[in-house]
Amino acid sequence: MTLRCAAIIIAILALIAAPFAIGQDYYINIASQILLYAVFALGIDVLVGYGGLVSLGHAGLFGVAAYILANVLAAGYGHAVAIAASLIGGLIATAAFAAVALRSTGISFIMITLALGEIIWGLAYRWISVTNGDNGISVTTRPAPFGLSLASPRGFYEATLVIFLLAMAAMAIFVRSPLGAALAGTRDQPRRMNALGYHVWMIRFLAFLFSGLLSAVSGVLFVYYNQFISPQALALPASAAGLLMVIAGGAGTLLGPVVGSALVVIVQNVVSAYIERWNFMLGAIFVAIVIFMPEGLVPGVTRLVRATWRTASRRRPRAMAPSLGPKP
Amino acid sequence: MSFWLLLTVNSITFGGLLFLLSAGFSLIFGLMRIPNLTHGSMFMVGAYLGSTFLSGELGFITNFWTAAILSAIEVAVLGALMERFLLRRLAGQPLAQVLVTLGVSLMVADLCLMGWGGDPISVETPSGLGGFLRVGPAVFPLYRVAIIGIAVVIAIALWLTLERTRLGAMIRAGVDDPQMARVVGIRVSRLFTIVFGLGAGLAGFAGMIGAPILSVYPGLDQDMLPLALVVVILGGTGSLLGSFVGSIVIGFIYNFGQALLPELAYFILFLPMVIVLVVRPQGLFGGQVL
Amino acid sequence: MTALAVNGLNKSFGGLRVTADVRLAVEPGERRLIIGPNGAGKTTLFNLITGEMSPDSGSIALFGRDITRLASRRRAHLGMARTYQIITLFPRDTILHNARLALLGLSPLRWNPFIALDRQPHLSARARDALGRVGLGHMADRPLAETSYGEKRRVEIAMALAQEPRVLLLDEPFAGLSIDERHDVRELLKSVPRDVTVIMIEHDMDIALDLADRITLLHFGQVIVEGTRAEVVADPRTREVYLGE
Repeated sequence: MTLRCAAIIIAILALIAAPFAIGQDYYINIASQILLYAVFALGIDVLVGYGGLVSLGHAGLFGVAAYILANVLAAGYGHAVAIAASLIGGLIATAAFAAVALRSTGISFIMITLALGEIIWGLAYRWISVTNGDNGISVTTRPAPFGLSLASPRGFYEATLVIFLLAMAAMAIFVRSPLGAALAGTRDQPRRMNALGYHVWMIRFLAFLFSGLLSAVSGVLFVYYNQFISPQALALPASAAGLLMVIAGGAGTLLGPVVGSALVVIVQNVVSAYIERWNFMLGAIFVAIVIFMPEGLVPGVTRLVRATWRTASRRRPRAMAPSLGPKP
Repeated sequence: MSFWLLLTVNSITFGGLLFLLSAGFSLIFGLMRIPNLTHGSMFMVGAYLGSTFLSGELGFITNFWTAAILSAIEVAVLGALMERFLLRRLAGQPLAQVLVTLGVSLMVADLCLMGWGGDPISVETPSGLGGFLRVGPAVFPLYRVAIIGIAVVIAIALWLTLERTRLGAMIRAGVDDPQMARVVGIRVSRLFTIVFGLGAGLAGFAGMIGAPILSVYPGLDQDMLPLALVVVILGGTGSLLGSFVGSIVIGFIYNFGQALLPELAYFILFLPMVIVLVVRPQGLFGGQVL
Repeated sequence: MTALAVNGLNKSFGGLRVTADVRLAVEPGERRLIIGPNGAGKTTLFNLITGEMSPDSGSIALFGRDITRLASRRRAHLGMARTYQIITLFPRDTILHNARLALLGLSPLRWNPFIALDRQPHLSARARDALGRVGLGHMADRPLAETSYGEKRRVEIAMALAQEPRVLLLDEPFAGLSIDERHDVRELLKSVPRDVTVIMIEHDMDIALDLADRITLLHFGQVIVEGTRAEVVADPRTREVYLGE
């Protein structure tokens, strides 16, 4: 346990020190992107990894928060009001989204979330009086909490880091909590959970809200980072990228979404240097991961490490990814 | 000519295209229990390939219908290959299969962009169908009426295939109970390939015959896939009748929505889906194949 | 007051009647054995009683309270617990966690997203206790995936017992067990206190016979015979159902 604490502290210090070590704005910005997408991926992981509910519509939830933020700011309100409105709006949208999507589970759940996500995208694209359509909305300023400016890449990185760490902590607490255990139970044996006295639907709904809140937070970070929001940010490839982060890193783990986010953001930036669009790569990685490493990088690497290092036998088994394969 | 009448014809036409798209989607879902997320891509690829055949860039000139059939065949082969070499590897893992179709759809979208560029390509209405059909005081665009006719003919052909042929009987058996179908000696895996190819081919064909109306552009796949999803959620999976009714309903809602509330047209589509999910989650016609 | 009263219960799948006008009245503390050949509708009857399926008609009452339309989870809170014929456990977790989930299901703690579940000594102690009762106390920390079939059966029973139910429904608790294991489970079931009403499905009459106060014989969804052990065994219809199949 102390070893684990030490590892966490070292990791946090490394993350704080990162911009000072790298120095160049380009790389600091990539680090910010990794962290903001990691928050998004953590939100998806709540449902995919712990709830066994694979969503392909989360970019829609992310987008609702982003557009509310941009619109409230454009209407002349301050950052605090805009952020509050966007998180609350994001939660309300999530509740509606969840109420429809949770009519089903499994493959139908994927279809419904995909359709819902596309509908939000369609709204962003066509509801021009609110979203300015394809041209998107610009946000000219970033907030300055406690007088600290986020205008520079370094300032923004540090604010993102704080929010990322809070999200990580919330997630770590949630998955170890009774409600988190109940959620994992509904993933593995929903029928039994019901017979044991759990309100399966409500547990999933609450998990969805938590997931939606994290999506909304990342939506806010996204708008401030890019100072711009357009429908492209909530199209299907964005939801797919979020899901890919979770699955590539390892669903049902805390670290997986972070590793997945780093992988996707780095590949995206490297690839964009050579070709204009990178959806082809996104798709190709998706296919490759699903076929060759369905459990994801973190569990895969952990398994390798454990196999070589046999001293870890007394450790508590962690919640695992929803197996892509047939149920045992 | 009355605005409303034209809108009605447009709705039915669009419904016909949606039927060609979603019938295959629904059958694939009914049989393999996975939503084929490349279905929108198949539609778009069919349209792009058809437009290339028409343009004569390949060194020979085809007429519209030959182009449509050639592209349908090509897309069918692509679909069958994908089923055979990608999805088959992941048999029994529906989630992995869905994710693979998602990955392939993203790849196809970018490949089309590289191959055909970012500008929309318009496809001319086939010769002889550019005119209008007069019925009493009303005038209908001939090509749109033709699409309705084609959709109806294909619907009947599909229905007869399912009801009257050996292949159809096997598909129905597979939709009802895949395990049982295997037990009675149906080679389910080959059936998967056939149905996947057939569904893809229909989508590709729909893409081409829809092209004179919708034109072909990057993102067409993303416009069509959710429509197929909504139709199938509405009509129920594995049901031809459900696809048909769902397509017509969505065709009307989409076109009337576009005309009356253009900004919210996409959103209005969502309402019947929500109502059906709340009232009857298995879809209006789920569980039966007609 | 009757512990469990089932009246005129009907359930059909398509054209097949799997539960036909079933009537049951189980007294508090009673041990009721439900027997019948394969496909007699025993498990469906359990699913109707626990609310995992809803009946087409008829009523179910638990200690006088009508629960016919109540969700399964509400019935658990009213004191109903069950085991499954096909093992339905949480394979990725430890035995202890399985038992803990059973306890948590009835605790208001289950909604808490803030505390650490494995730092609830009270809950863990009770879970270990429940496992001790079925003789699994020493292996509580073992992952469920690494246990034998017989041990899983006992985990099923431990989870049901942990909930301290008033009515306990056991669906073929002996299925797939070796002779020694059957003996252990039988002793375990005998030790269940008499304030718990036990209803047990068993395909094989011989094992469970001496546990039962009364026996109900089900065939094609219908109650064919009901009575004491001696009455049911002596009834010619029992012979008919078992020999005639």
